[in-house]
Amino acid sequence: MTDNRLAGPLDDPTAEAGYPADHPERVGFFTDTSICIGCKACEVACKEWNLLEADGPLDLSGNSYDNTVGLGADTWRHVAFIEQRVPARDKPQVDLGMPGPGPPGGTSQGGDRDDRDATDVRWLMSSDVCKHCTHAACLDVCPTGALIRTEHGTVMVQDDICNGCGYCIPACPYGVIDQRPHDGGAFKCTMCQDRLGDGLAPACATACPTDSIQFGPLDELRERAAQRVEELHERGVPEARLYGHDPSDGVGGDGAFFLLLDEPEVYGFPPDPVVTTRDLPAMWRHAAGAALAAAGGIALAFLGGSR
Amino acid sequence: MNPRRGERLMVPEAEFQSYYDQPVIKPPVWKVPDVPAYLYLGGLAGASASMAALADATGRPSLRRVGRIASALGATASVGALIHDLGRPERFLHMLRVFKPTSPLSVGSWILAPFGSLAAAGAASELTGIAPRLGSVAGAGAGLLGPAMTTYTAVLLADTAVPAWHEAHPQLPVVFAGSALASAGGVGLLAGAEAGPARRMAVLGAAVELGATELMERSIGLPGEAYRTGRAATVLRAARALTAAGGVGALLGMRHPGSRVTSVLSGLLLNAGAATTRYGIFEAGMQSARDPKFTVVPQRQRLAERGAAAPDNHHH
Repeated sequence: MTDNRLAGPLDDPTAEAGYPADHPERVGFFTDTSICIGCKACEVACKEWNLLEADGPLDLSGNSYDNTVGLGADTWRHVAFIEQRVPARDKPQVDLGMPGPGPPGGTSQGGDRDDRDATDVRWLMSSDVCKHCTHAACLDVCPTGALIRTEHGTVMVQDDICNGCGYCIPACPYGVIDQRPHDGGAFKCTMCQDRLGDGLAPACATACPTDSIQFGPLDELRERAAQRVEELHERGVPEARLYGHDPSDGVGGDGAFFLLLDEPEVYGFPPDPVVTTRDLPAMWRHAAGAALAAAGGIALAFLGGSR
Repeated sequence: MNPRRGERLMVPEAEFQSYYDQPVIKPPVWKVPDVPAYLYLGGLAGASASMAALADATGRPSLRRVGRIASALGATASVGALIHDLGRPERFLHMLRVFKPTSPLSVGSWILAPFGSLAAAGAASELTGIAPRLGSVAGAGAGLLGPAMTTYTAVLLADTAVPAWHEAHPQLPVVFAGSALASAGGVGLLAGAEAGPARRMAVLGAAVELGATELMERSIGLPGEAYRTGRAATVLRAARALTAAGGVGALLGMRHPGSRVTSVLSGLLLNAGAATTRYGIFEAGMQSARDPKFTVVPQRQRLAERGAAAPDNHHH
């Protein structure tokens, strides 16, 4: 019997789901937001490949260049845009290729005192996606078996099984999966399951012009990400940190993890996500206790008195 | 962060960062009144079935009758509400396609399906007089499953990332069990001279419902605020008033059991209170899902506590 079936580190969720030992290796995304240029090619490629509808009438959100707003039933990649005012001297020491105010290459504003006290704009851009959790709450709570672990270790909805109960939606600690209103079913990123089977990378990773979205075997991606963080720290970007890479986190590590330049919640991520089913044994114990107490209470009501 | 409109802040707003104040998690797409009704009716049906089974065993045919009818109607309407809430109602039988212990909705469906069948069989026998022995067996079976019916729905809500529900997982089943006893007892008040046990159930249930809800709001930290603000606070205030009035009515009836008006009124108030409690809890969960504060702040506190316990892990 496998340990950590509900939470905690789990080496091989694919095998735990019942696939034979010779199953394909677990694949994932490493999204390095330090080189995202906010082009949204991932959003477009995802929509095109997966034949996803527009989310609604064209609308301006007012949230910088982000008019997609968030992940949803028809949006499986979402590029977040964050504009931050930072003191000019706190600008990253390394030119990350970010667009900024002033003419291109005009980085020689430093120098005298007044300029050092001026504020500058820092851009953070990040392409969000389903995390394909090691312990996926959506999969755990799905009552029909529509949500499955695939042979590649990813999490996918089987549309012909889903009955639209909607349980997966509030179960997801990242707010990824959603219901398609006129269809009733739940939808999310499949990591391009139809491409994986043919040995192709997902559409978003293929379209990404800067390799901000990297696709590959999860173990390899984790190594590469650790090197990248180290490199950025050495180059004077101490705020670089990984998010979702750690198998000992609350979801057993994400199949899609990130390199961020600020706290996770700034990008709309939960700072310490936990798979809700970690607490399910305790929940059932409390419910059983309350049910027994209810039975006892009803029985007492029949004992305590003649009428 | 700016104080929000229409709320009087008792404590300073917690400092936190978010992405344009967007929710971190997706609020449930479950509909009102479908899901609150499903929660309430399931509890009513469960406790009514147990009440009917014990009434049968102790020779109280009138109480057995109202209990069986309430359990069958409650279970049927509960299933109806659940199906109506599905995005694809024609596939409701997919609920029984697998049995999944990690899904409270799967476990619940496997409790609800046999319970509903047994309760319906018991009520059919009661109303037609056909096969009373089999009716008693069915009624006893429904009565045994009844307590599970009163609390599995609490696990269903708690097993989500919704802060006001998940954090309340120790208390929610107690609230739901108390509320179920209050509503079933309220129905049992219609049993006239045999209503004694129902009256005691009603008073006990109302007391537990009121006490446990209060305790829940106080003991879960920041998400408790979702129960004390906005629409949830208004609804829960109404629920408290209804349940308290119904409970007092049931209590008064112990002295003057003859008054049918008091009994009917108390029963109505208790059931309105139980239904309103479920709606208020549902609404509190929705509020806690919509506001990123309830997701981010407790998780930040958790990280800070872990960082304090193990300073080496503090840095990313």
